[in-house]
Amino acid sequence: MKVGIIRFPGSNCDRDVFYALELAGGQPDYVWWNQRDLSNFDAIVIPGGFSYGDYLRAGAIAAITPVIEGIKDVVKDEKPVLGICNGAQILAEVGLVPGVFTLNQKAQFICEWVELEVKTNRTPFTHLYQKNEVIKMPIAHAEGRYYTEYIDELHDQDQIVLGFKGDNPNGSMESITGVCDLEGLVCAVMPHPERASESILGSDDGLKFFKGIINY
Amino acid sequence: MKYNAKVEISLKKGMLNPEASTIQRALALLDYQVKDTSTMETIKFTLEAEDPDAARNQVVEMCERLLCNPVIHDYQIQINQTGD
Repeated sequence: MKVGIIRFPGSNCDRDVFYALELAGGQPDYVWWNQRDLSNFDAIVIPGGFSYGDYLRAGAIAAITPVIEGIKDVVKDEKPVLGICNGAQILAEVGLVPGVFTLNQKAQFICEWVELEVKTNRTPFTHLYQKNEVIKMPIAHAEGRYYTEYIDELHDQDQIVLGFKGDNPNGSMESITGVCDLEGLVCAVMPHPERASESILGSDDGLKFFKGIINY
Repeated sequence: MKYNAKVEISLKKGMLNPEASTIQRALALLDYQVKDTSTMETIKFTLEAEDPDAARNQVVEMCERLLCNPVIHDYQIQINQTGD
């Protein structure tokens, strides 16, 4: 299973994702922002970081790079695409998932472990979890408050992937912190599964995200 | 012709503006009791176009494709001919 990890200037979780994907049994490789053809990959992960310094809005400038056109082809080929943190912001900016991740309610950067509920296990990334399973992963973001004009559609179409359990640290609509497209193959999550991929890190609850891609 | 373009990007009505509420709370710390605080982003540049309408159309396209996120933003555009 060849998995492409997209690198923009300012990406900084690329090596963590590489490590987690290897741990899960995949063959990751890095892809730079200006590569248009991604057809030799079976899946794509857009890692976290601060692409283009978060200028304009988090993810806005990464969203117009050539590699995004390649990712749209990957989506057409029905291969899985996961965006983590800044990667999630980018997928929302491109419109591959509904809604936006915008400035936290308290306008501050939040970096902490959170409890999450897996809201659907129909996606390649969550099919190894039970529906409603509670897992522990870290968040680290300033622009993670989820907002959509189409909340009813999200419920009807089973597009909510992760929700905060208990506290809603960034003020997201209905505590949502992970969403997917209609097919469930494009998924955007603010928490960092790669930072919870080994028990020595505090939790290995996130590893199933990557095992899920590999076993898809 | 050369035109000055000014784009003002604001949050749609009803959208939470954490930056504005933080500023308002900070002003209150200095004993300034203000209400209805809002913030907006201004982007200015010059561009060449046939006429003001053509210039405006280009800037609208820029707003839709990059400068704004239509889910949360409204924008206002001003076009003026430069003195050049």
